[in-house]
Amino acid sequence: MSLNKAFEIAGSALTANSQRLNAVASNMANAESVSGPDGEVYRARKVVFEAYMVPGATNGGQGVRVKQVVTDPAPPKRIYEPQHPMADGEGYISMPNVEIVDEMVDMIAASRAYQTNVEVMNTAKTLMQKTLSLGS
Amino acid sequence: MISRLGDELRFNAQSLELRAQRQEVLSANLANAETPNYKAQDFSFGAALRAATGTAGADAMLGPVKLATTHAGHIAGDANAGIPVALQYRTPTQASIDGNTVDPDLERTQFADNALRYDASLRMLNGQIQTLQRAIQGN
Repeated sequence: MSLNKAFEIAGSALTANSQRLNAVASNMANAESVSGPDGEVYRARKVVFEAYMVPGATNGGQGVRVKQVVTDPAPPKRIYEPQHPMADGEGYISMPNVEIVDEMVDMIAASRAYQTNVEVMNTAKTLMQKTLSLGS
Repeated sequence: MISRLGDELRFNAQSLELRAQRQEVLSANLANAETPNYKAQDFSFGAALRAATGTAGADAMLGPVKLATTHAGHIAGDANAGIPVALQYRTPTQASIDGNTVDPDLERTQFADNALRYDASLRMLNGQIQTLQRAIQGN
């Protein structure tokens, strides 16, 4: 039954996009964190999506999953703030390389993608329900 | 007689199955709308239905992938594989730089359209079943 797979594929996209939203939330929350738990400055996290074969899908229907979470290699922002306790010898502190605008864009894209896939699931559900009542 | 009843319903049943398969393909496209290097896919419903019901010589277009059976003990590897369809990549109109060719607007339109046609097939099948039931019950 192909519609079950449509359900599964849309479900995989929901999971992947919620993980992406989690990464965005982490980045936004830590946009001003001068130091992380390991003493290093926080670096922006980005999720990388990959398509994968859903087992049992009839037509090579591919779901989506998070392949890996990478940290942004861009250097941390250096801000001159000599009175700050974390300031180095020259009076600079390192701020996370999080770009708030990029994160907002990512957040909107993730939420739109999530919505689309919820709609896909709803449609598949309606069609399945109608099929179940076939002949009555 | 039973097989004739089955034949009666076969066309719409296969149409329904193909619509469901297409729904799966389109939902995969929507799920992968932002996956790097993912290529959007679709198949021609008309050609697939013609091939499935054998109403035209469209079989040449389709190459159902099957395991070669060179020994009597080999199992044909096409069990539960659905109706074979020829998947094709979409021609991108505005390809993105990460190699993804999904156009979400197009896919959503096709998805809604396909859902509607699935519903239509379902109604026709329902009508046929009810006609048969009426003939059997005689009231």
